[in-house]
Amino acid sequence: MSTTDLHVHNPVEELLRQDRIPTIWCPGCGIGTSVNSFAHALLKQNIDLDKTAIVSGIGCSGRVSGYMNLDSFHTTHGRAIPFATGLKLARPELNVIVYSGDGDLASIGGNHLIHAARRNMDILVVCINNMIYAMTGGQAAATTPGSSLSTTTPYGAFEPELNLVQLVDAAGACFVARWTAYHVVQLERTLEKALRKKGFRFIEVLSPCPTYFQRKNNMGDALQAMLDYKKRSKIQHGCPTWETALTPSGPIIVGEFVDREREDYLTRMRKQLGPHYSEFPAQQEEHVSEGCSREC
Amino acid sequence: MHADPRTVLTGTHFINGDAACCEGALAAGARYAAGYPITPSTEIVERFAARAPEVGGLFIQMEDEIASSIAIQGMVWGGQKAFTVTSGPGFSLMMEHIGLAAMTETPVVFVDVQRGGPSTGLPTLPSQSDMMQARFGSHGDYAVIALSPNSPQECFDLAIQAFNLAEEFRVPVMFMMDECVGHMTEKVVIPPADQIEIYPRRHTQKPPGEFRLYEPGPDLVPEMAHAGEGYKVYVTGLTHDRRGYPSLNPATQKELVTRLFEKIRRAADRLVMVESDQLEGADVVVVSYGITSRVAQRAVHAARAKGIKVGTLRLICVWPFPEKLIRELASKVKALVMPELNMGQVVIELERCAAGQCQVISVPHAGGTVHDPAEILQAIERGAQ
Repeated sequence: MSTTDLHVHNPVEELLRQDRIPTIWCPGCGIGTSVNSFAHALLKQNIDLDKTAIVSGIGCSGRVSGYMNLDSFHTTHGRAIPFATGLKLARPELNVIVYSGDGDLASIGGNHLIHAARRNMDILVVCINNMIYAMTGGQAAATTPGSSLSTTTPYGAFEPELNLVQLVDAAGACFVARWTAYHVVQLERTLEKALRKKGFRFIEVLSPCPTYFQRKNNMGDALQAMLDYKKRSKIQHGCPTWETALTPSGPIIVGEFVDREREDYLTRMRKQLGPHYSEFPAQQEEHVSEGCSREC
Repeated sequence: MHADPRTVLTGTHFINGDAACCEGALAAGARYAAGYPITPSTEIVERFAARAPEVGGLFIQMEDEIASSIAIQGMVWGGQKAFTVTSGPGFSLMMEHIGLAAMTETPVVFVDVQRGGPSTGLPTLPSQSDMMQARFGSHGDYAVIALSPNSPQECFDLAIQAFNLAEEFRVPVMFMMDECVGHMTEKVVIPPADQIEIYPRRHTQKPPGEFRLYEPGPDLVPEMAHAGEGYKVYVTGLTHDRRGYPSLNPATQKELVTRLFEKIRRAADRLVMVESDQLEGADVVVVSYGITSRVAQRAVHAARAKGIKVGTLRLICVWPFPEKLIRELASKVKALVMPELNMGQVVIELERCAAGQCQVISVPHAGGTVHDPAEILQAIERGAQ
């Protein structure tokens, strides 16, 4: 048997930039797990990958765009959504996906998250929530639950956490769901569903950060985090999002919470502009002729 | 190539500088814009919001200037020409994305209709105090191009130039208007589209497999490809190699940052855009830009009436600074006088280039109105002694 026979084909290989592997993610991190579900969902949906762009901000999850073999945009901290907004407006035929973390999307970029949901911009946002700023070394985030420990909250956090699914629901998102890195199959199915839908779609994926969050809070290793997710998760599709708050040790409500129909921004814009909007086909190539252009 | 006649409002108009800037952007082919309301720049996007749908474009009012300044970059990577418009406080919020545009070589135009600062300052009154911020505002080392119009006509003409230069050099171009020029109403002649030269996007002709996103061309400017064209572009604000892949080491940093500077520096002679009068044999030259150049005219006429040999030099392109020209001029005159609506910003560059060859006299002004020509005249008289 030659060594080439030992090569096991990775079913999502074509969606990854092979020359960028290995990733920077720590062992036990859930970001790569979510990417696997995402890649499977993309392939199953038979989406034109040449017409699919992925936009990230900054942080561990912000590196996702750069590992995907799509049009990849690694933008500034918190600003993936407004970049994606511009991209979608300029080229409406693109599937635009924002893939980033909780600190990026919900804290520094929180305002953009709210307004993109309000506008019902036709983008899919995948938010990896590891409840901490991991890239910079484990500082407290807007999503750090209760009085958890972090490197900037050595006495425990003094402020409550933000419930992201409730936030985007209130702002008008047309599809809102939450899963954990344990729910790989459910996540894949939800991603498939979200990819088929038009409008602002938001999927929160809880991910362990064994290097910082789990370690700082004596929650054990990554395997323990998976067991914890399994034990604490309660699947409640359609659950009102105000009942889905995350607490340090309480139940984790997961599922598809919101699936509503609302006109997305561009559809509404076109409709409202009516005859004021004129299609603008590309300019015809100029015919450059030598000398006098008129018949003299 | 020439402008698309469908976007050009050919004719003679009586409009203000803000309106003229909007028409210049449209004539240049920018049909997409994002912005956030701020005095005294808002008229530009108000007009654009009405005009853009007629030509298949759009204006989106974002939630803040941070969002606006990156939404336009999404538009550009989606294949459009785009710009944003703001004033002092908003310009401050946009700084990070000027750096992103410089780093990712995204051709965009930032219009700053300058008002008095710092902070909220004088929302409705003029200044020229963002000139250094335009050049150095974002963190890190990078080069930009900054243009300064002094009339509504030039707001139109130079806006087209701004887009052309952004495309040619793939840099963010700062269009540094001020409240006076923005709100000043004058005759603006918009020529027929076939008389307006447009620099097209430097889109690659190579097929996806053979194209590298940051492979420098002979003039150090790389070709571009957009999202959705099969190129699988990888655009990052991290230090990147020629493929666009992050490469965080001193060697890549040196190659990239040096090239970002060098592509502008090499073209410095071509980027000298000035208007001069009676430089030959002048003892004193008044160097100015924007609205201040028009105020200085009165002082120059008064000085000439007193028999002083005064020339004028108006900087149309302020950044890159016309170093060679100033160095030569400084070797021939007694003094260079620079009035500007700030406490002395561009004059620092003037002093550096004059390098002690002549006297350099700053005529600062805190802003809120234009100079009293008498202040400039006094400086000219001092320089002529």
